[in-house]
This record gives sequence, structure tokens and C-alpha cells, in this order.
Amino acid sequence: MSDFSEELIRPSSDDDQVEKCVLSGKGMYFPWLRKHVETVETRGKKEKDFAQATNACLNFIQEALQKHQWQRAAEYMHSYLQILEDSDSYKRQAAPEIIWKLGSEILYYHPKSSIETFNTFADRMKNIGVMNYLKISLQHALYLLHHGMLEDASRSLSQAETWRYGEKSSSQEVLINLIQAYKGLLQYYTWSKKKMELSKLDEDDYVYNTASQNMLNHTWKTSINLGPLIQTPGVWDPFVKSYVEMLDFYGDRDGAREVLTNYAYDEKFPSNPNAHIYLYDFLKREKAPREKLISVLKILYQIVPSHKLMLEFHRLLRKSDKEEHHKLGLEVLFGILDFAGCTKNITAWKYLAKYLRQTLAGDHLAWVQEEWNSRKNWWPHFHFSLFWAKSDWKEDKALACEKALVAGILLGKGCRYFRYISKQDHHVLKKKIKQMKKSVKKFSIVNS
Amino acid sequence: SWPTYEDIYKKVIEIAKFLDLPRFPEITEDCFLHPNILCMKYLMEVNLPDEMHKFTCEVVKMTGTGEVDFLTFDPIAKVAKTVKYDVQAVAIIVVVLKLLFLLDDNLEWSLSDIAEIYNEENKEDKPWFDFRKWYQVMKKSVDEKKQKWEEARAKYLWKSEKPLYYSSIDKPVVYKRREMVVNLQKQFSTLVDSTPTVEKKSPSSFQFNWREEEPGKICFHGHSLQGILKKKGQSLTTKNPLYWLSTQKFCKSYCKHVTTYEESNFSLSYQFILNLFSFLLRIKASSLHEEVSLIEKRLFKTKYSKTKKKSSRSRK
Repeated sequence: MSDFSEELIRPSSDDDQVEKCVLSGKGMYFPWLRKHVETVETRGKKEKDFAQATNACLNFIQEALQKHQWQRAAEYMHSYLQILEDSDSYKRQAAPEIIWKLGSEILYYHPKSSIETFNTFADRMKNIGVMNYLKISLQHALYLLHHGMLEDASRSLSQAETWRYGEKSSSQEVLINLIQAYKGLLQYYTWSKKKMELSKLDEDDYVYNTASQNMLNHTWKTSINLGPLIQTPGVWDPFVKSYVEMLDFYGDRDGAREVLTNYAYDEKFPSNPNAHIYLYDFLKREKAPREKLISVLKILYQIVPSHKLMLEFHRLLRKSDKEEHHKLGLEVLFGILDFAGCTKNITAWKYLAKYLRQTLAGDHLAWVQEEWNSRKNWWPHFHFSLFWAKSDWKEDKALACEKALVAGILLGKGCRYFRYISKQDHHVLKKKIKQMKKSVKKFSIVNS
Repeated sequence: SWPTYEDIYKKVIEIAKFLDLPRFPEITEDCFLHPNILCMKYLMEVNLPDEMHKFTCEVVKMTGTGEVDFLTFDPIAKVAKTVKYDVQAVAIIVVVLKLLFLLDDNLEWSLSDIAEIYNEENKEDKPWFDFRKWYQVMKKSVDEKKQKWEEARAKYLWKSEKPLYYSSIDKPVVYKRREMVVNLQKQFSTLVDSTPTVEKKSPSSFQFNWREEEPGKICFHGHSLQGILKKKGQSLTTKNPLYWLSTQKFCKSYCKHVTTYEESNFSLSYQFILNLFSFLLRIKASSLHEEVSLIEKRLFKTKYSKTKKKSSRSRK
């Protein structure tokens, strides 16, 4: 109870109130003036209670949405809709967008709403005010997609594509591009469905011809939509993937390659690791020369050193003839294990163990030292602490052995990890542990 | 916009003058609009002890606000004015609270401590009025009511049944717009609960009901003010000897207000009391503050005339 009054008690100020309405020492004070000053923002008109009430209503809607109280939000929305008739034209024009955003949220989550209600709502909102037509159409189509109604979505998008109102502003250009892109994607989807059906049919079946003709039509439509789009800078991953798959199916290898290289190397496009991955996968399928593959993955290595393709990259580098590639291979391995997500990757550790032995046997101690220098401050705690030794041994003994080998080589046989693992007694891995001890003795860089 | 109290009050006087209405029926002590009765009503509404009524009657007597001539509205008199009956009654209650508890964010809580200790020890007797407990109960109830009121205001539908338009060119546009809004509203109203929550309008004008005792709600009507009074000779007087005036100097210039109310100048208890009563009456806190100052002006006539003399002397 007492803390309650604690918060109210202030140092008792001088309670003799001096209401100054005339000029005196402290200055003038006009409370009514403040209200007039506040109206400057609204261009001289005092905020009427209608505006105040609608603002309060909007706040309540937002609060209800945050708390997931859909019922309450719908109630306030019902009252908020009267802002569409506001005599203030500025507010009236800004209203449809707000109403669409809030209303679509409510209708999406409300338990009583259905797809039809959403459709009617979207149709009505599209027709209020011309500026919002494209945006609402696109979002409506995405909603339908989400509910699996592909034909309706496709129809809605086609309708939106043909919409014209005056000159196209730049934002509308973007929206139209998006609409075409999604339309293309939908057609791709129907195409791939047909492809699956086709693969189940027999070649001699008379249905086969019509089906394949059908497919060709779709292909043509899709390429019209997607082709020019991919030229515009941006991140188009799903679209590129589907387009390339289609081109690949029809044997247009060159076209596919061109699209992919463009996507990966064109400077106007934002840096996108996925682009390089797609290109690499394609080239691998094409059985491109190793040099080419290495150059593609090199760029990926620079962007995402911890990618799982890096292990493949390492293998490629190892098999290559050039010495600089071998050095890079070591770098790549160390790079992968720098990241916390890969610490338990047994393949990486196996490779590192083997490669360290190989490198040291090949008299390239300088390389190892160069890599180790930047890491010797933090790798011991990061990978080779006693805690890790215990938990790794418990979880995955093979991993622990590989790690121990690396630890022994890099830190010497006195390091905790190595000592702990070598003390472990395990009848299956006994041989391996013995081998480990021998290797460490031979190769450890601490001694040399 | 919603009409304000001040606005309507001014219009009342203007219309009465315009219509040349004769003197209204007299307001005597047994009439409902007499401050004694109104004070009783509001004391009950705000859950304060009945014993406070004695004090309000005293203040009414001392300030002369219970006089028939003062209270009755006479539009054809030279200076037509009328008393804001409810506001005045509430202002009197505020003054009495100040007399009893000082409301300086200090004394009222110490008095509550004493009352609490007494109530703990003497559970059989009539409990002493504990300001702190009263504050907690009232704050909770009034906050709830305020929230509901704000929500109802936000949901208020302003537009009339028939859409308004200012020129015949606008007619089709306005009607089309109205049709759209109605359609959208229909959609959303189907999502809302189908049971309409039409609240039954209760016949009384009371906004709170303290008779039904709930776990959080205590009824303070029967509590005694013994804890804050002490014996002085034959009569009782308050333990609190101090008082502070809401307004030291009144405004004499051409602006229409009497005094200004800047919240940060006053104690939090005083602000709470003002906000509570102004919410009940749906008026602005500054209007209530003005009325309180006017009552004090009448009550402490001598103090005000003394300060006037002082200031005139200092100018020389």
C-alpha cells in the first residue's frame, strides 16, 4: 500500500498559484493560444471531433490487430468506413489504401470470413479510387494463390494486366512488371503439371500429341511474360529457375546459359548468391570444364564462404593441377570451419585432417602457418575447448577423432582436446586413435 | 463536433434573454437544484462518506450560494446570469475535500495511514474513511468507465441517413459513395457478433452504483470522518489547519476566462479529483477549476481583499 503513495508524493512545491494573464516577470501564458498553434498543422482548421473520433477509431483498430482481436477490429472497421465520406478531400483520398490494408488483414484472419467475402471486398476496394487498382489486384491474386485457387488468380492477373489509366507512372510500371511475372509463374506451374502428366503417358497414346501441343502453347506464353522481365535488374530467383527449367526441357541450352550468366554476372543486378548456385548447377549438368566451374564457385566463395557447396569447391580445387588452387583449397576449408553452423560438419573436419596431412607432407608449412596465424587466437576456444571435447565425444565419436587430429596437428599434442580424446578408451576406434597419435607426432606444426 | 458545456450554457442565457422570459420558479432548500441536495447526490455518486454532507452545507451557508436570489435564473434582470448548478455543487465538494485533506500529495496519505492503523485494530467499530483505499477503488472504476466511453465515442457513426451534398452536380457522386460505404459496412457487420449490444438505458442518472459490494469495490458511504477531525471546545474541527487557494489572482482583462488551469502547477491528488469530477459531468477540467476558484473567492473574501490591498500598496 505504501509504495502506492510513494509514487504520488512529490516534494511539496509552492502551491500558491500565480495565474499570470498580464505581462509580468515570468512571461505570458495563454492556454487557449496553444490550441490555435496546433491548428497550424491542419492549415488553420480546428480539428473537429469527427476527425478526432476517426483517429481514435484508427488507433483502436491497430491496437486490436496487434492483439489479434479480430472481432473487435471488425467492429471498429465498421465505424471507420465512414471516413470514405469525409468532407476533407485529403483524408478521403488517403482512406482507401488504409482501409484495404487493415481490412484485408482482418478478413484474412477472422474466423468467420471466407474466400467469397475477401473476393467481394477486394473487388469493391479496387474500384474505389483508380490509383490502387493494380496494387490491390496483385495482392488479391497472391491471396488466391495462397488458398490454391490458381485459375482465379490467373484470371485476376490477366484482368489487371490490361488496365490502363492515363500515363503509366514509374510505380505502376513496377507493379505491372510484377503482375506479368506472377502470371508467367502461374503458367509455368501449369506447364510443369502437364509435364508430369505427360511423363506418365505412353508415347504412342493419341493423347500425347495434344498434350504436348498444349504444353508448347504454355511455354510460348510463359516465355513472353518472363523473358523481358528477367532483363530488368532485381532478384527474380523463382522466375529464373522456372524459366531455365523450361528452356532446358526443350533443349535450348544456349538460351538457358545466356539467361543464367546474365543473371549472375550482370553488374546491374544486385549481388545474389543464388544466381551463382543456379549457374553452377546448370554447368555441372552440362559437364562443363573444371576451370569454368572453379571460376564460378570462386565468386560464390567470396560472397558466402560458409555455403555447403564449398566442400564441392574444395574437392574441385584439390583435383586441379595448379598449385594456387591447392592453396585456395586450404583457405576454403578453413573458411568453412570459421562459421558456427559448420562446426559439427564431419566431412569438413575429415577433409581438413586429410588435407593438412597432405599439405604438410608436401612441404607447404608456410601455407598452413599463414592460415593458422589469423585463427590461433580464437579457434582453440571456439573448437577445441574441454567442453567441446566432452560433448563431441558423447555425441559423435568419429567427429571427435577427426577434430582431435586437427587439434593435435595445429596445437600440438599437449592441447586439451587431443589429450582428452587420446585418453578415451573405445574398442572400435582404438586403432584410429592410435593412428591419430602417430600422425600428430609426425605432422604437428608446434614442434617444427 | 460534439457541443461543449460552455457553449450551451451561453446559448441558454442568450435564448432566455431573447425570448424575454420572466423570472424562473424560485429554487429553495427543498428544490432538487439546491446545492445541498445536489451535493448529496454527487457525494453518493463518488462514493464519499455521508458525513461530508455537513461540511458541504456549511460551505454553502458561508459562501451564500444557497440563497434563493443567487440561485434563481432571472433573464430580465440587468445582468442575466445563471448558476451552473451541477458544476457548482461539485466545486463545493472539491473545496470540502481540500479543507479536510489539503490535497498537497502529503497530508492525505498520512491521514490515510492513521485511518488504516485504526481500522486494523478496531474491526468492530464504524471504519474511519481511508483516502488511499477510496482513491484505489475510484481510480479503477473511473478508468474502466473512461475506457468504455472513449471506445463508444470512437465507434460513433456521424453521417446522417441521407447523404448531404452542396450542389446538384455532386449528387450522383455522393450517392455512389454512400452506396459503397454501406456495402462495405454490411460486409464487416456480418463479421461482428450478431447479438446487438444495445445497452438498456437505465432510468437513473447515476453512473456508478456502489450498493452492490463486489470484491474490489468498497462502499464508503457509511464510513466515518472521525480520523480527520479533532475536538476544539464544543465543536469538531479538522485536524488539517492549512489550505491553499486554487487561484491567487483573478484575470481582469478582456479575455473571457477567469483563471487558467495548468496541470503541472497542481498536486497530483488535486488533478485526480478534478479529472474524476469533470469526467462525471463531461466538462473540461479547467471549467471545474474555474468554478472551484470562484467558490473559494467567496469563501475567503478577506484573504483576497488583503492581497488586493497589498498589491495596490506595492504599486505606490
